[in-house]
Amino acid sequence: MRVSLTVNGRPQEADDVWEGESLLYVLRERLGLPGSKNACEQGECGSCTVRLDGVPVCACLVAAGQAEGRDVVTVEGLADHARQRAEGGGTRGTGGSETGTPLRDAQRWKAEGGDSRTGEGTELSPIQQAFLEAGAVQCGFCTPGLLVMADELLERNPNPADADIREALCGNLCRCTGYEKIMDAVRLAASR
Amino acid sequence: MDFLRPASWEEALAAKAEHPAAVPIAGGTDVMVEINFGHRRPDHLLDLNRIGELAEWESGADSVRLGASVPYAAIMENLRAELPGLALASHTVASPQIRNRGGVGGNLGTASPAGDAHPALLAAGAEVEAESAARGSRRIPIDDFYTGVKRNALAPDELIRAVHIKKADGPQQYSKVGTRNAMVIAVCAFGLALHPATRTVRTGIGSAAPTPVRAKTAEEFLNAALEEDGLWDNGETITPSVAQRFADLCAAACNPIDDVRGTAGYRRRAVGVMARRTLTWTWESYRGTRRTLKGAA
Ligand SMILES: Cc1cc2nc3c(=O)[nH]c(=O)nc-3n(C[C@H](O)[C@H](O)[C@H](O)COP(=O)(O)OP(=O)(O)OC[C@H]3O[C@@H](n4cnc5c(N)ncnc54)[C@H](O)[C@@H]3O)c2cc1C
Ligand code: FES
Ligand code: FES
Repeated sequence: MRVSLTVNGRPQEADDVWEGESLLYVLRERLGLPGSKNACEQGECGSCTVRLDGVPVCACLVAAGQAEGRDVVTVEGLADHARQRAEGGGTRGTGGSETGTPLRDAQRWKAEGGDSRTGEGTELSPIQQAFLEAGAVQCGFCTPGLLVMADELLERNPNPADADIREALCGNLCRCTGYEKIMDAVRLAASR
Repeated sequence: MDFLRPASWEEALAAKAEHPAAVPIAGGTDVMVEINFGHRRPDHLLDLNRIGELAEWESGADSVRLGASVPYAAIMENLRAELPGLALASHTVASPQIRNRGGVGGNLGTASPAGDAHPALLAAGAEVEAESAARGSRRIPIDDFYTGVKRNALAPDELIRAVHIKKADGPQQYSKVGTRNAMVIAVCAFGLALHPATRTVRTGIGSAAPTPVRAKTAEEFLNAALEEDGLWDNGETITPSVAQRFADLCAAACNPIDDVRGTAGYRRRAVGVMARRTLTWTWESYRGTRRTLKGAA
């Protein structure tokens, strides 16, 4: 079947989608957006977290057909999403406009054009920049999901207590950092 | 596989009538795991996300009509006063991502003995509104809904439209044992609701029998003990011996198994502990509100 949806502010279509396929598979394999990670495919790790009509969900548990006509933001569009929020104080309109992140840019997205260790010269969202500066990234596999989740937390609650951060991130597993640097990163982003 | 996408409730019922083996998918947090792992390959997936009314709720005089697909996150946020037990139980489900998608309709559809909504529904008192194109709507009392391990009273052509849950008329609690504070399937769980209006106490036990169950003998014992000592009126504390007897009867209502999450013996003991604690918490809260009411009068 064909699935039409908005990804990072731009309309996209995926063809030959199997009816039992997940949104995560569509994003990674059909649209070539590998930012959302596939680790467990059972909702346990949070590394596939995306925004679906603004709501953070595990993309591995959304059936592709359920995403038809809906608005998805992935980590590749997070910088743009955060910029628009800062500028307009609102959410992006769906489809068609010049706003959003084109698929080709999203596919090629990496922290380039500068120093990938400091993020200098690259457009990053405040939460991405804070993760780099706080040393909250080791292997990076959990990072996209944590970024999407933490960004949404700060959107709702710009001044979270530690308990709020822990609660918001309790569905995202990290096997490297021990979480302390991740906590530091969210506190840092909130303080700015 | 076919992906059916009804735009209305009537269309969904018609699709289910035509394809009784079609698997409804709401939040997908149970269904997609099974599909991702190849445990399930239905001929038809029946998407319920387009039916807006399933995500709505309505608060009536005595009960809340909760649409089958209202996510746990919305219950926690909006129904804490009306459905405190279910709101507490919802908060223990998995993670924010899962709670944004999963809901009570899916929990009832799966009917796992470990599902967190069940003890809260049993304790509060609830009816499942099921409907088919052929026979129309019926209300299934929650006590008759769970028929076996992961089995429920739905007919193949039926869908759950809503759950009617009694609004709290007294304090309610929910308690769950697991290895972490998040992302944990219950080793066992316990829900308790005081119903001062009818002077009764109701319970719900999760993950300690083939189905979610009420501890009816324990309820009867406690109802009689509270009545006998006039406790609903005089608001005195429940004696330790009454609380302990109640806890023992709750433990006796279990019919648990040993599995990877815990042993039968552990479950029985933990249910007793949770029963005693939730009784103390709710009763102290009831006494507190009585005192404030009296003070205000
Ligand atoms: C990582 C993870 C952790 C979890 N942790 C918990 C937990 O702590 N506690 C807990 O209770 N559960 C837990 N679950 C299980 C799951 O989230 C719940 O059972 C949830 O309530 C399912 O709701 P859903 O809308 O996602 O259901 P779906 O997956 O969409 O459906 C579940 C079942 O119900 C049927 N169904 C759905 N809607 C209807 C309807 N309207 N009429 C008839 N049948 C219907 C479906 O066909 C399917 O059989 C967890 C799941 C995951 C992936
Ligand atoms: S891949 Fe989706 S939660 Fe792990
Ligand atoms: S940085 Fe490696 S899993 Fe989190």
